[in-house]
Amino acid sequence: MIWFFLVSDALTFSGLLVSYGFARHSLMPGMEWPVGELVFNKFPGISGSAPLMYVALMTFILIISSVTMVLAVEAGHRMDKKGVVKWLFLTVIGGLFFVGSQAYEWAHFIHGSHARVTLADGRTAFLEENPHEEGHMDPATFAMTLGSTHGEKMEGPEAYKLFENATHVTYGANMVENEYGPPSYANFFFFITGFHGFHVFSGVVINFIVLIMVIKGVFHRRGHYEMVEKAGLYWHFVDLVWVFVFTFFYLV
Amino acid sequence: MERDDIIEYSLDAGHSEEAGRVIRKKILFVTILLSVITSVEVMLGVYWRNWMPDSWHWVKWTFIVLTLVKATYIVMSFMHLGDERRNIRSVILLPYALFLLYLTFIAIWESTYIHETLNQFL
Repeated sequence: MIWFFLVSDALTFSGLLVSYGFARHSLMPGMEWPVGELVFNKFPGISGSAPLMYVALMTFILIISSVTMVLAVEAGHRMDKKGVVKWLFLTVIGGLFFVGSQAYEWAHFIHGSHARVTLADGRTAFLEENPHEEGHMDPATFAMTLGSTHGEKMEGPEAYKLFENATHVTYGANMVENEYGPPSYANFFFFITGFHGFHVFSGVVINFIVLIMVIKGVFHRRGHYEMVEKAGLYWHFVDLVWVFVFTFFYLV
Repeated sequence: MERDDIIEYSLDAGHSEEAGRVIRKKILFVTILLSVITSVEVMLGVYWRNWMPDSWHWVKWTFIVLTLVKATYIVMSFMHLGDERRNIRSVILLPYALFLLYLTFIAIWESTYIHETLNQFL
């Protein structure tokens, strides 16, 4: 039965990813889809740019927690209660780490790093420093780049004047607009990673409940650890979905 | 009342200490493989500009193929679908694969068409 559930859930996720691909492929001419390694380039504790490193770490954590889950199932086959408890506990910890990392990723995404400025003459510019981090902006050290985050640089009070007269400034991302690209980019990001994050969260809760039942010895009395295996299938599925989200959202 | 509609799970649920060692070796192999593939993907994603500026198209296809390899290992080994009976495997995988191939095909086809139509007016 769990396989029927997993296939239907897989269809939901493929529907989401295919519609993401559809939106991206049919994009209005003249608009550009953001590049993953330019958007996700922060790592806690490193002030410079660390493209994709954090999301790579998240992926690694999820894969490893998948591995500990297989080891828990394997220990269950040998009726090794201690082994099951150990590996299942590590799986729960890995899942919690992943959910926490996703919170950081979202915070960084919503917060933004280069606010997008629409200048009075219609050109687009990006700030060098995020004003949310710097607090009050100083015209003397003000800098922005034209066209893209790697574009021509403008500095000093003159550039600041242009910024002050700008028609519109977009900070970070929300459901209406974002500094990275088309609005649908942020919408898909929130929906797909949010939906996946909720799956991870429920997976952690399920694993935790199963862990308590294992500790209480419910499955040992029952004579088999089938429930660990079923929770494990769900957990691997969550990992499987993340492999695809990782590829299509961050890499391609 | 004795129920006869429940498939007895515990019959093929256990294995010996000996078999456990073989299985753990296989798990270790798959773990290393998945980690290596992920690192290669990230490296390609970060450095492709410097290595091969003109072949982003091929990098994309490399990503997709590597992802499918990873997915195969997760489903067949971690979710042990590879060890199930062949009929079960086909019932789960074939309808899904067929539907998804169609869905991706039609989405790419239609979105290309929409993009080109918009292109004529802008």
